[in-house]
Amino acid sequence: MTISTGVTHRLKNFELKRNQMLKIENLHATVGDTEILKGLSLEINAGEIHAIMGPNGAGKSTLAYALGGRPGYEATEGSASFDGQDLLDMDPHERAAAGIFLGFQYPVEIPGVSNLQFLRESLNAQRAVRGEEALNGAEFIKLAKEKAALLKMDMDMLKRAVNVGFSGGEKKRNEMVQMGILDPKLAILDETDSGLDIDALRTVGSGINAIMRKPDKAVLLITHYQRLLDEVKPDFVHVLAAGRIVKTGGPELAMQLEEEGYEAIAEAA
Amino acid sequence: MNAPLPTRRDEAWRYADLKALEPVWAKLTGPEQITVPAGETVSRQIAELPVIDGVGMIDLDVTIGDKATFILHVLAHNADYGRIHVKATLGNGSHFELGGAILGSGKQTLEIVTETIHAEPNATSNQVVRSVLADTATGSFLGRINVARHAQKTDAAQSVKSMLLDRGATANAKPELEIFADDVKCAHGATVGELNKQALFYMASRGIDPVTAKKLMLQAFIADAFVSLEDDAARDGIEGKALEVLEGLS
Ligand SMILES: Nc1ncnc2c1ncn2[C@@H]1O[C@H](COP(=O)(O)OP(=O)(O)O)[C@@H](O)[C@H]1O
Ligand SMILES: [Mg+2]
Repeated sequence: MTISTGVTHRLKNFELKRNQMLKIENLHATVGDTEILKGLSLEINAGEIHAIMGPNGAGKSTLAYALGGRPGYEATEGSASFDGQDLLDMDPHERAAAGIFLGFQYPVEIPGVSNLQFLRESLNAQRAVRGEEALNGAEFIKLAKEKAALLKMDMDMLKRAVNVGFSGGEKKRNEMVQMGILDPKLAILDETDSGLDIDALRTVGSGINAIMRKPDKAVLLITHYQRLLDEVKPDFVHVLAAGRIVKTGGPELAMQLEEEGYEAIAEAA
Repeated sequence: MNAPLPTRRDEAWRYADLKALEPVWAKLTGPEQITVPAGETVSRQIAELPVIDGVGMIDLDVTIGDKATFILHVLAHNADYGRIHVKATLGNGSHFELGGAILGSGKQTLEIVTETIHAEPNATSNQVVRSVLADTATGSFLGRINVARHAQKTDAAQSVKSMLLDRGATANAKPELEIFADDVKCAHGATVGELNKQALFYMASRGIDPVTAKKLMLQAFIADAFVSLEDDAARDGIEGKALEVLEGLS
């Protein structure tokens, strides 16, 4: 009796693990000398879209940066694994090659480096790590055109220097073009909806769905607002407050947050 | 050369490595004279300094005729002490274009020193210098611009930017303007910085390894010095050499 229960249990675990993508356990992270993440746990399986909502200063961007490996954002306790690999042990460019994409709240300008050059270098660097052949110029341009069209981005903009002279909304759309080209397994999107007008929000939302709504991919959507979640329907909604996830629910939780505010919910939790 | 060894009190030599210079001073010949005839264009690229005992010197005395153009692109890198000195005297309606890159590492002292003499009206000059300095290298640009009293409508521009890759590296930029005419445009800007850490992380987050990210950023940084070189083969030659040197810096 005891033995057979044990076997069933292990099989169940195996089933769960098979599509588990990201597992964060009791993560503590500091910025400078200040602890910002204070024991955050979160699991994301392939095929799922998770939204993280929370007040300003809660630590949402810190979570994104810690997962991306930004220097200065130091994990001091706990663990984070991606596809069974120790994420915290990897360099930022290795995390990208493993399939993690970080959509920046404030995308960075790189004068003198064109978007196309930047993206081709990025894609081919990732492919090299994965033992795949580099795309040649023609193959790459074809791919770039396809993804730019998906996000209604003019190809001429991709010939310009990375984000230089782009409006806030154009920068966010450019992030999504990059995501389309790099085709990650897990996208962590930090307030991709901020700075977008209604039309751009729809374009970005349907872009995220087209690129990432797949059984072998997952998304962690960091957002302040319900409106992106009308476009990209989350499977789970988490509330992040003071460096921890204080509540988890379904899409209805986002509605409740919109109506009642973070404070009421964080306090009740 | 019979002139006495310069001292640091000479403004044009204030950042020079005089100790390195002393043993070779007597072996140096005077400046190379270049005359660009009226209406013509001469373009010159110098990707390597001629080096004697670790000292590499280029000294040009250029007279640019009326409506003529002199376009110079230089790379200062292959010497313990390297100095590129250019004196350009501009005729009526002429143009002087300088694009220079200083790429130093170790204990190198490298400098570009220009004297741009707007002797006649309507002439333009444009100087773009980019320095990338590692270890304890020193890179300097001294650019003097003289505008004669009757040289109205002069337009003289200088853009000098330096990138320090290590704490011990030093960049000097010194524009010096002597303007006696009143209808003159003299735009100059100088900046010193280091590699943008946010951009490095942004690149890493897309999968670019640190060495390649640094290379891409430095390549973009020095490209400004070579955009004025229109001949593709010539530009690929000197810019290619610059990239090769840059790879050795990281
Ligand atoms: N580079 C930094 N240096 C010091 N404090 C920081 C830095 N970045 C963020 N913080 C602090 O960390 C906390 C969380 O910030 P952040 O993760 O950006 O929050 P959110 O994205 O949820 O608005 C805030 O109190 C913020 O002031
Ligand atoms: Mg934030």
